[in-house]
Amino acid sequence: MASDAKGFSKKDPVVCRGLGKTWAAGTSRAHEALKGIDLDVKPGEFVVLLGPSGCGKSTLLYLIAGLEDVTTGELNHFGEPVTGPSPDRSLIFQETSLFPWLTVWENVAFGLSIRGASHAERKEAAVQALREVGLTAAMNKRPDELSGGMRQRVAVARALAMRPKVLLMDEPFAALDVQTRQKMQDFLLDVWRDSGATVLFVTHHIDEAVALSDRVVVFTSRPGRIKTIVTNDLPRPRDPFAPESEAMRRHLTAQLRDEVDRAFAEQESFGA
Amino acid sequence: MADAAPDMRAGGARASGGATAPPARAPLVAPEKLRGFIASFGWTVASVGLFTLIWEFCWLVGWADPKLLPPPHIFLGQIGEQTKFFNTATRWAVGVNPDSGPTGLESVMVTVAATMARVVAGLVIASVLAISLGVLIRYYVMVERLTLPTITLLSPVSPIAWLPVAIFLFGIGNAPAIFMVVVALFFHMVLATVTHIDNVNRNFIHVARTMGATKRQVYARVVIPAILPGLLMVLRLNLFGAWMVVLVAESTGVGHGLGQVIMLARNTFNPSLVFFVIALIGVLGFLTDWALRMVQHRVLYWLPEKGAHHGL
Ligand SMILES: Nc1ncnc2c1ncn2[C@@H]1O[C@H](COP(=O)(O)OP(=O)(O)OP(=O)(O)O)[C@@H](O)[C@H]1O
Ligand SMILES: [Mg+2]
Repeated sequence: MASDAKGFSKKDPVVCRGLGKTWAAGTSRAHEALKGIDLDVKPGEFVVLLGPSGCGKSTLLYLIAGLEDVTTGELNHFGEPVTGPSPDRSLIFQETSLFPWLTVWENVAFGLSIRGASHAERKEAAVQALREVGLTAAMNKRPDELSGGMRQRVAVARALAMRPKVLLMDEPFAALDVQTRQKMQDFLLDVWRDSGATVLFVTHHIDEAVALSDRVVVFTSRPGRIKTIVTNDLPRPRDPFAPESEAMRRHLTAQLRDEVDRAFAEQESFGA
Repeated sequence: MADAAPDMRAGGARASGGATAPPARAPLVAPEKLRGFIASFGWTVASVGLFTLIWEFCWLVGWADPKLLPPPHIFLGQIGEQTKFFNTATRWAVGVNPDSGPTGLESVMVTVAATMARVVAGLVIASVLAISLGVLIRYYVMVERLTLPTITLLSPVSPIAWLPVAIFLFGIGNAPAIFMVVVALFFHMVLATVTHIDNVNRNFIHVARTMGATKRQVYARVVIPAILPGLLMVLRLNLFGAWMVVLVAESTGVGHGLGQVIMLARNTFNPSLVFFVIALIGVLGFLTDWALRMVQHRVLYWLPEKGAHHGL
């Protein structure tokens, strides 16, 4: 399924111009989390956000999702300013955010029930989305009964059921073991290719960034600014042991290291 | 012996494989559940039994004066004559022979039902009012500004202090006793509802909002189901409070019921009756808690069993 079949406009799904976010602006606890972010995300692109802890990666996803208000600058989605949340932009979190009181398929169909879809419609869409993540067998289970990896797959299915144009993923695989994470990366790449969605993906794992990204945005420590954007045009499917992958990892590690050092020094002086 | 065993097993397997008996029907109650229930019931009996034995022992050796602290075999043995004090159906009537009217068992049942009905009515009214107000407080800032300060101020006031108000407002009968239960629970439950709403996992709300849920839908489909477990727990904890104030309300002459019987026992110096009513209240409190636990299981089917690991 090519991305243009979805009728993407020429405009970009996410455009940031001088974007800044200050938490608790105007109070004594005001805290500048993001500053002067300029970023154009192309349709169908897989962008990885990398940066030291507390640099504002999650904040950026919240802004794009429309869950928080922009403090300065502009944030556009297909040429329209982002003013609030929209089913067009789905957010997936690190910890499971499945509703424990609903079954797996009811969780997946939650967004449709918000729109008032009939039971049959909801079930059909849920089965379809669960098929895409290979979990139709678990549709009547409760979230507690699933493993961490399965839960994240259900969360992805729930996001996909809305047919979003942008998938915002905040360290979605961070809580998973290495083997499961590898599986989930392959799975996500399949989903990404099939859905044609644009993905913004936050991670702390450099190998994950290298395996997934078209571009890697590296942030400085607080306030978060874009330090550099690294284009990753290694051919897919990627071989993590290829020398090019290794070189890319080295490069990103070097970019990140002094920022992480700075962030640590700052946090220590905080504690003192 | 040793080499006969494999043969027997093989024979058994063949026999059961060849039999065309229908598959065993699933038992009505899962066996492990039943075993758990029997065990916990057994321990309850053992615990009460131990306490009874100590009491009886104290009586036997003469430490417990049977006129003041009649042991269970005495106060339970006198049930027959004690039940006439529960004769609430005719107590207030003039010119009626107190020995006529309902039998002992019937009058105990009537009294118990009257008290129980007040507890349940008070719990239901208090929960509905408190949860609605708690949700409104978080939903509309104006409601919060106008009501929350007053509720916070009134919540530490002992429910006993409301007793005169109950009498001024409602006189005598069911209404003041129910009012007391409502007052005892309402303020705490409003505050608990607000706290639970504040503690709802933010991600749940974010997910609903990114899927296009309106504020109303977020409350109806996420906030309320998310706070229900905590609120049912609050209700269970407050159940004992409800029992307490209902007895106080009844014993001060606001209405009639078990509290009234205790008061009667006090005024006529009848310890056996006191202990009988105490035992009755214990059993009833236990039963209502059990009933609420069943409701909790039904409504909150998604929660894992609590306490199975003894806090480890
Ligand atoms: N709701 C909030 N209110 C006030 N400050 C916040 C809030 N959320 C985040 N912050 C602050 O904004 C800064 C950026 O936080 P953010 O969560 O975006 O970082 P992050 O890059 O996602 O970090 P991590 O990699 O640890 O997840 C932090 O210093 C944090 O303290
Ligand atoms: Mg984060």
